[in-house]
Amino acid sequence: MMGFQIVVLWSDVLIWLLVAAGLGVGVLIAKNPPLLAAWRRVGANRVGMASATVLLGFILIGLLDSLHYRAQLESKPGQKAAYAVEVLSVLDALASPLRSRNEKTYSEPFATRLYAKETIDVPGQGTVRDYPRLKHGGKHLGEREDDVVEDAGFTAFKAGVLAFVGWLGVFGAVATVNRKKSPKLKLREAAFAWDAVLLTLLLMALTLVPLFWLAGQYHVFGTDKVGQDVLYQILKSVRTGLIIGLVTTLVMLPMAVLLGIVAGYFRGWVDDVIQYIYTVLNSIPGVLLIAAAVLMMQVVIDTHPEWFSTAAERADLRLLALCFILGITSWTGLCRLLRGETLKLRELEYIQAAQAFGVSSWRIIVRHILPNLMHIVIIALVMDFSGLVLAEAVLSYVGIGVDPTMTSFGTMINNARMELGREPVVWWSLVAAFSAMFILVLAANLFADAVRDAFDPRAA
Amino acid sequence: MLKVDKLRLGFSAGKTTLAAVDGISFSIEKGETFALLGESGCGKSATAQGIMRLLPAAGRILEGNVALEGEPLLSLSEADMRAYRGGRMAMIFQEPATSLNPVLTVGRQIGEVLERHLDLRGAAATERMVDLLRQVGIADPERRLTEYPFQLSGGMKQRVMIAIALAGEPELLIADEPTTALDVTVQAQILDLLAKIQVDRGMGMLLITHDLGVVARMAHRIGVMYAGELVEVASREEFFTEPRHPYTQALFEALPEISRRGLKLTTIPGQVPSLAAMPTGCRFADRCAHVMPVCREKSPDWREVANGHTVRCHWQGESAEESVTRHAVTELDIDPGKPFLQVGDLKVHFPIRKGFLQRTVGHVRAVDGVSLGISAGRTLALVGESGCGKTTVGKALLQLIQPTAGNVRLGGSELVGLKGRKLRDARRHMQMIFQDPFASLNPRLRVGEIIAEGMAALGVETEPPARAAAVAALLQQVGLPGEAIDRYPHEFSGGQRQRIAIARALAVQPELLICDEPTSALDVSVQAQILNLLKKLQTELGVAYLFITHNFAVVEYLAHDVAVMYLGRIVEQGRAEEVLRSPWHPYTQALLSAVPAPHLDGQVQVIRLPGETPSPANPPSGCHFHPRCPQAMDVCRQRYPTVSGISGTHTVSCHLAG
Repeated sequence: MMGFQIVVLWSDVLIWLLVAAGLGVGVLIAKNPPLLAAWRRVGANRVGMASATVLLGFILIGLLDSLHYRAQLESKPGQKAAYAVEVLSVLDALASPLRSRNEKTYSEPFATRLYAKETIDVPGQGTVRDYPRLKHGGKHLGEREDDVVEDAGFTAFKAGVLAFVGWLGVFGAVATVNRKKSPKLKLREAAFAWDAVLLTLLLMALTLVPLFWLAGQYHVFGTDKVGQDVLYQILKSVRTGLIIGLVTTLVMLPMAVLLGIVAGYFRGWVDDVIQYIYTVLNSIPGVLLIAAAVLMMQVVIDTHPEWFSTAAERADLRLLALCFILGITSWTGLCRLLRGETLKLRELEYIQAAQAFGVSSWRIIVRHILPNLMHIVIIALVMDFSGLVLAEAVLSYVGIGVDPTMTSFGTMINNARMELGREPVVWWSLVAAFSAMFILVLAANLFADAVRDAFDPRAA
Repeated sequence: MLKVDKLRLGFSAGKTTLAAVDGISFSIEKGETFALLGESGCGKSATAQGIMRLLPAAGRILEGNVALEGEPLLSLSEADMRAYRGGRMAMIFQEPATSLNPVLTVGRQIGEVLERHLDLRGAAATERMVDLLRQVGIADPERRLTEYPFQLSGGMKQRVMIAIALAGEPELLIADEPTTALDVTVQAQILDLLAKIQVDRGMGMLLITHDLGVVARMAHRIGVMYAGELVEVASREEFFTEPRHPYTQALFEALPEISRRGLKLTTIPGQVPSLAAMPTGCRFADRCAHVMPVCREKSPDWREVANGHTVRCHWQGESAEESVTRHAVTELDIDPGKPFLQVGDLKVHFPIRKGFLQRTVGHVRAVDGVSLGISAGRTLALVGESGCGKTTVGKALLQLIQPTAGNVRLGGSELVGLKGRKLRDARRHMQMIFQDPFASLNPRLRVGEIIAEGMAALGVETEPPARAAAVAALLQQVGLPGEAIDRYPHEFSGGQRQRIAIARALAVQPELLICDEPTSALDVSVQAQILNLLKKLQTELGVAYLFITHNFAVVEYLAHDVAVMYLGRIVEQGRAEEVLRSPWHPYTQALLSAVPAPHLDGQVQVIRLPGETPSPANPPSGCHFHPRCPQAMDVCRQRYPTVSGISGTHTVSCHLAG
């Protein structure tokens, strides 16, 4: 057993704090009957629960990728232990075959040979120009290179059957628990949309298990310019996307909520000042403002190399800085929305009744206004999340996104863009990144719809 | 002409369909007004929508027939139905402010109907529009055609709405609460107009209302609805002299009136059963005073008691014995000693700002020199039409709105200009009950938290156990079950919510409660419960009420003193008997005469007031009332009258009295 040193990156701290906060909020919700009832309605929504299942899959990947360590290097006994420069995560460890089995350059999905011809020395024949055999992809086939379809199909079928059997186990467990809790109800009629969750799980199992099984033998999504497996890059991009989506929302939210409510409740000069601030912010093109901030931050980071002991730490700080910049520039929309709603709420009679009792302004804001704005905040939270994942892709494409050493959907697309001009075209990087992003954003949007419907007081 | 036969309408909720209207049948002759009377939620609006086939998306027509001149409407295709809507039958809605499209001119909106149903365009259409607007009594119709709805007052909007309804020359007019959102003087104008048009055109009219006064004024025949069923159909005369159904009788009994002063109002116990849990027998059985075992088993059949007077009831008795269930309330006729709250020359002006620098270009004089006095344990009613500033007076007393000038003296101390700690202490003495019980309770707080909020903020009860006990006592005092403490406001009906609001106000033991139209959002039977409660609390606790209202029946029943407001000023003030029996000011006289009385011969001569209340931003010179006053003199145009005393307690601001 090799030793290791736990590395705690700033973004890891934030992510795990978020998880803790999420659990805390969950406990609070469980204690608050109307909130619980609203979330029960989310739970009863089939589309919502199906998308939540997919989202949970993504979150799981992100969490596994947020436990970092440095492996111990081999050293002589008695010597002080030395650790590798490279910072790895649990996900890297689990997916180490994907991470380490690099090819020389591009190869198509399920290919056994490279995508470009090279000059190879063949013993006895001299040098020939041919597509060289991949080092790892389809290695187990040996000489039977033409049997890829058969072999992959059979492996996928095996894995699929196994996945189905595993799913049957989950299904049985859920059905048993359900029968114990409410013997009369069938699974379809249960308050929680178990049928949708199980169906989604089945679909996920039937695609993911064969996919990862095959990933051990082939490059299922191909390899990129430096021969890295595209599937691995996608797994690594998930964490980046989630951090951008969550941390930015977290930066933006308090600002938007506080300023929006304060502007709407106090009116007068406070309102004027806040309105001027966000009008000024809005009048500068967003991408340019972000670009300026990112470039300045980059200079600071580049002039202080002594702050970071590893490249991962530097990339991580740059990611967080990007989140803050995005957050500071994107609070205006929600702020305006909340200001308008507060203007409406402050005229309501229960607010006036509280004022007549001499309840202090801050207490009115916390007790009477904020809870009645929560539905907007929750909807905005989830909606913004998907918007930000997309924004990161755009920014990385323009070259002001995350650190080049960090994998993200944006950098993947950016790297793939040149290859679209090649003949024959290298399409798989782009398609894989787009598909993963599409599934993540679609799931987040559908989930947001379910949440919005459940919290709509008219629907309740 | 219109025959509705066993119509059943339902609303689908999930997989089940709940019948909101359950098998009602009636017919309307040409030139006849049939009134559907009922409390909120009884299905009267759904009936109208069903006849027009304009039910909301979840609505379903389950059974029955609707025929106009023998032609069945329910089997028509949607395209054919469009020729009927607006053409052969038309509808007027409750809220004139939202039933006109704000971005289209009046002419465009009337023209739409003319084009669709009469194929009129261009000059011919314009001529017809002018003609229509003239018919509904709009002055200068050519100019109005090019105006937008926001340039019209509420009464004018309703007139335009009637003009639109008349444009298609309908045989049947459905009026869904056409005057509920209007002031009494405007209501009188609109009711007159509807009655006149109906006579002129010989239209049939289906009038939907909850107001017995409007029914008495307009209807030829009346159908009473309860929980989705018609329970009694009678001619106007029969209905007002011999109501037979216990529900109808109870409605009459619950009306507050001067003759019932000092008596407890009869209330209908319980609530209308919900659509999902309709009893199998008579639907009124659980609330009925004459309930018999058969009522719970079998739904009663129609029974004819007189010619054209039918009733669905097992009970064969005549009218309810008056005042059997009535108990006298000990009238707390405290001598109006020295008032503990003195308001002197109170003014609230809102600045009108314009331009880039937000310069003040004028003031809306919402309250313009109001002087009042309230004595302990008495009720002062502040009466006036909407926009006269009566609510602003209430809020300015509480210092929720900063008064511009004047003083409010509580006991011996001045409230205007108080800040922080001292203002908070002063707030213990006065509290407010708001009009809309649905907007005045925070939906996210429990009832217990709502009631305890004031105690916490004002430091009345600081110990949690003592506070919980106080909340429980308050709930009992306002007649709510103790378990209400842990429930949320949305679980309660309108009347119960108003009780919660009263408990919240009482929590800090105030000496004065400002009640801002506390019963105007409630049904008659629930209104009676709340009025009884307010009276009981006054007897028990000796609180004084400032009762802000436009409902004269409530004033007559409850008030000791009355102050009448017009355009930010009090025009007449005095003991209730004095002001209501012998009003001096022409405005008070007109207001009193315009109130539709729920009696057969209730209508004395109505004094018609032309026009509507002017804007308080730009009040008329001299006496504010002179442009509408039937007895205006030259002096009225020149200066505002001084206050002249009629008796020791009765004062009036009018040149006629001076």
